[in-house]
Amino acid sequence: MANNINQGAESTIIKSNNNDWLDFEKTLAELSNQIVELQNLQKAKGIDYSPEIRQLRNNLVKLTTKIYDNLSAWETVQVARHPKRPLLQDYLKIIVQDFRELHGDRCFGDDRAMVTGIGRIGREKVLIVGHNKGRSTEEKVACHFGCAHPEGYRKALLKMKLAEKFQLPIICLIDTPGAYPGIGAEERGQAQAIANNLMEMSLLRTPIVCVVIGEGGSGGALGIGVGDRLAIMQNAYYSVITPEGCAAILWKTGEQAAQAAEALKLTAKHLLKFNVADQIIPEPLGGAHRNHHDAAHNLEMYLVNTLRDLRRCKMDNLLENRYRKLRRIGQYSNNGSNKAASAKTRISGLAGNLSESAPETPVRKKPIAH
Amino acid sequence: MADNSKSWDGYSIKKKLDVPEGLWCRCPGCEEMIFNRTLEENLQVCPECNYHFRISARKRIEILCDEQSFEEMLGNYSPLDPLKFSDLKTYKSRLKEQQKKTGQTDAAVVGKGYVKGRPLILAVLDPEFMMGSMGSVVGEKIAVAAETAQEAELPLVIVSSSGGARMQEGVLSLSQMAKTSAAIARLNQSGGLYISILADPTTGGVAASFALLGDIIIAEPGALIGFAGARTIWHTIKVELPEGFQKAEFLLEHGFIDMITPRNELRSEIARLIDYCGK
Ligand SMILES: [Zn+2]
Repeated sequence: MANNINQGAESTIIKSNNNDWLDFEKTLAELSNQIVELQNLQKAKGIDYSPEIRQLRNNLVKLTTKIYDNLSAWETVQVARHPKRPLLQDYLKIIVQDFRELHGDRCFGDDRAMVTGIGRIGREKVLIVGHNKGRSTEEKVACHFGCAHPEGYRKALLKMKLAEKFQLPIICLIDTPGAYPGIGAEERGQAQAIANNLMEMSLLRTPIVCVVIGEGGSGGALGIGVGDRLAIMQNAYYSVITPEGCAAILWKTGEQAAQAAEALKLTAKHLLKFNVADQIIPEPLGGAHRNHHDAAHNLEMYLVNTLRDLRRCKMDNLLENRYRKLRRIGQYSNNGSNKAASAKTRISGLAGNLSESAPETPVRKKPIAH
Repeated sequence: MADNSKSWDGYSIKKKLDVPEGLWCRCPGCEEMIFNRTLEENLQVCPECNYHFRISARKRIEILCDEQSFEEMLGNYSPLDPLKFSDLKTYKSRLKEQQKKTGQTDAAVVGKGYVKGRPLILAVLDPEFMMGSMGSVVGEKIAVAAETAQEAELPLVIVSSSGGARMQEGVLSLSQMAKTSAAIARLNQSGGLYISILADPTTGGVAASFALLGDIIIAEPGALIGFAGARTIWHTIKVELPEGFQKAEFLLEHGFIDMITPRNELRSEIARLIDYCGK
């Protein structure tokens, strides 16, 4: 599949003449401005500057490559949050044919931060579940900047059960700073809604492919992030907590977010190393925001190939592999000795202090057949 | 992950008040001075106002299990530092410090025990070890506890008391939420009984995974239970939280737990539930 991936479309960065340069892209912005100035001069004076322009373009590509090959964790987070980065709605438009949104959790409401619907990717009919961040200010407010409420997670699960019933594979596109923290969300059971999704998704009898397309913020991301495969876009991140949140707690000031991002090891490369992600989906040169179509094409290639692979797997094996995959994640030592807790620690009880209303005799019932 | 008070220092809330030292301590519930021995005899519950102090995993096991009946499993599991994490201190040094303070390798103790003669698999989180936070060791222990309960056809009881996922193990901690929930899912599918007991606090990634997946969910009185910490909510929406927000009583009122049971009745309650629902 590597051949089909647009990795370094050189035209990409040059074509883009947006003003949304990130802090670490100052040199790129300058070069880009020089190119534009020369082009203008060329037009105005009728002098041929094409060799100079070509040279500057080459430099720009080289420099962009260099910068993007060496992004720090914090820079990656900024790219993942870039205002022009492709969102769920862009990917839906570019790679999903015949998309039909399905609304509502049949219980409380229709959370705009979570979009679910059916459509085709390649030849495959699928259910798509994804966080919706919104592009315009109006949209952003309506969908709480991609922070879903419990009804969003419940809607997602309801539609995923529909997909299971009718044997549609599920595609989860993750892009959220985190689940919504608020009074309503707590009253309606944010924790329970996410927990339930984790439990149910581990058992759904249909292939599930999850991709972190932008921000993979904590439990809010994981709430639609349990599946047979987890891929991450090259400049996306996935973390137990936002860098700002981590900094506020451990450094006691949100200003250390860059340091926290580094410490959290939240980039695609690390996720691959920790076996949390199975694959990194490459982005066009200078980030997905420079060329939505190339980014979408790469995502589509990944989805089509992965769905084809998963289709070949028997359902029981698929579920066993899904469980094994989750089960393996984590690093710990189990050969050390522990002074406090030897293999068999017995502790004396304080039963005498307790109220004793239930019968004291052990009740041993026959196992129920199931 | 969760941060629930202004004095939050990363690992413990109201630590000084919750770990009684010396002869007397002040109850955070009613501000009365209580004799430590009285508190001890009363299972670390204030006799004046019923405030339930946080207790260590060992203490919890002592209170719940029949005398001498608990056999620990995976006692030699200990944490690594896969991220080489460092904030103002290194994770390694924090772990050492916590291990020395608590005598535990990490924040969970699991094993087989008996409650009023009924055998069960018991897992207990330790709020005294890095706020009971869940990293790889806690996740693994909970998953093994669920699998053992399923294989042995025994009821599973988990007592949660945790601030959530452990930041210092990054996305590996986050992944433990999925791991533990998947293990509970299998136990559930096999028809096994899982009783989840929520002690103060049960928040963040622990609330949003196995803790709220019990067939039956019991909370201790006054326990803080929720997803987002009060400070996070304040920072995000700038709204003053209502009195008693995210307390056990709030959860009961909103339909997310089955009952609130005081500490001295937990044994009887577990025994009763096993008699009705266990196999
Ligand atoms: Zn009191």
